[in-house]
Amino acid sequence: MIAAARCIVVRDLLLALRRRSDVATALLFFVIVASLFPLGVGAEPNLLRAVAPGVIWVAALLSTMLSLGRLFAADHADGTLEQMLLGAAPLGVVVAAKSFAHWLAAGLPLVAIAPVIALQYDLPASLYGVLALSLLLGTPVLSLIGAIGAALTLGLRGGGVLLSLLVLPLYVPVLIIGAGSVDMAAAGLAPAGQLQLLAAMLVVAAAFAPWAIAAALRISTE
Amino acid sequence: MSATVKWFWFASPQTFFPLAGTIARWCAIAAALLAAAGLYVGFFVAPTDAQQGEAYRIIFIHVPAAWMSMFLYVVMAFWAAIGLAFNTRLSGMMASGIAPTGALFTFIALWTGALWGRPTWGAYWVWDARLTSELILLFLYLGFMALQAAIDDPRRADRAGALLAIVGAVNVPIIYYSVQWWNTLHQGASVSLTRAPSMASAMLAGMVLMALAFWLYSIAAALARVRCIILERE
Repeated sequence: MIAAARCIVVRDLLLALRRRSDVATALLFFVIVASLFPLGVGAEPNLLRAVAPGVIWVAALLSTMLSLGRLFAADHADGTLEQMLLGAAPLGVVVAAKSFAHWLAAGLPLVAIAPVIALQYDLPASLYGVLALSLLLGTPVLSLIGAIGAALTLGLRGGGVLLSLLVLPLYVPVLIIGAGSVDMAAAGLAPAGQLQLLAAMLVVAAAFAPWAIAAALRISTE
Repeated sequence: MSATVKWFWFASPQTFFPLAGTIARWCAIAAALLAAAGLYVGFFVAPTDAQQGEAYRIIFIHVPAAWMSMFLYVVMAFWAAIGLAFNTRLSGMMASGIAPTGALFTFIALWTGALWGRPTWGAYWVWDARLTSELILLFLYLGFMALQAAIDDPRRADRAGALLAIVGAVNVPIIYYSVQWWNTLHQGASVSLTRAPSMASAMLAGMVLMALAFWLYSIAAALARVRCIILERE
């Protein structure tokens, strides 16, 4: 079971590595969206500092959205997904591994690049740690919840837009708690409570989302 | 035991179709009567509010609509779960029959809330916790309907919608509490929706009558829609 999970993580990462431009596009999208906000709202440093956590988090949400469509589509197109459904490894483990690989390829780079965006927004350096930690805890939840939507919209016309309609409302708590933890730290309060809430969401999502993803895949491929 | 048998008897769309017609007809008539009574009580019997004047009377539409919008989501998720668990055709039809009515009531609650907010708070929209979570509830309804509309195979549409409804139902309390927490962090208690606990009994009577009317209307509308779906599919 663990061997199967490791195999899928390695395979998906290898596929992502072979198609580097896909990963880079989502990352570039994140940077561009975050860079557009100062152009829209003005370069007033105090304003930018105030909106920075929210903007970075919203950009992370949208960027995750962008790469979700590819999570199952290629495997569905070439029949690999059917083999996974029929295979001996439990489907819950398989989809958990796929979500984890998606996070490694799409979520983790966001965590790494977020401090650079924070620099653009003149966020105090003391907040970088909280920002990175909140993204580190929050982006896996985005991958897990998003995978449910990706599995449900598999092979549908207009899947990408539909996916965002389904998944973005479900992202609201992660956005609120994630951006809130940075706001909290910026206000001089301890962000530990919010980060713990985020960790709790991650635990709950990791426990239950794989079963929902597996059920959605079975519905979509029957 | 006979009751159990009867439930499964009506679980078949063919046998449910005439029953749904009868129930829908009577519920629609009762809803119209109750709405007339409720509006009469609301407009002519209930006293004018001391602080808000006549503007408060929109409460007779707003509060029952908000109740129904949340209640219908739970009912929809319930039918969705039954449909997934027992693989019954009718349950999925019930869920997709309820969704538009739920979305309608969510929209009415938001709209009347905006109209009510303008004279009392001076703004059509404030980022209050309840308003925000009601808006997200509307998005959840619309997502459910969009997903079902995008899938051509009705069985797959039912099952995919059911899973989404259940995931949404699990999320609704989390969304509600996170929005409430966000609200207290970002905005002081400048606007509160909590009314004075003492309410004239005529106001309460009007609200209960309207709530019952909306409830019966929801049953009638959902069942009428289910009848259309049965005709379409079977």
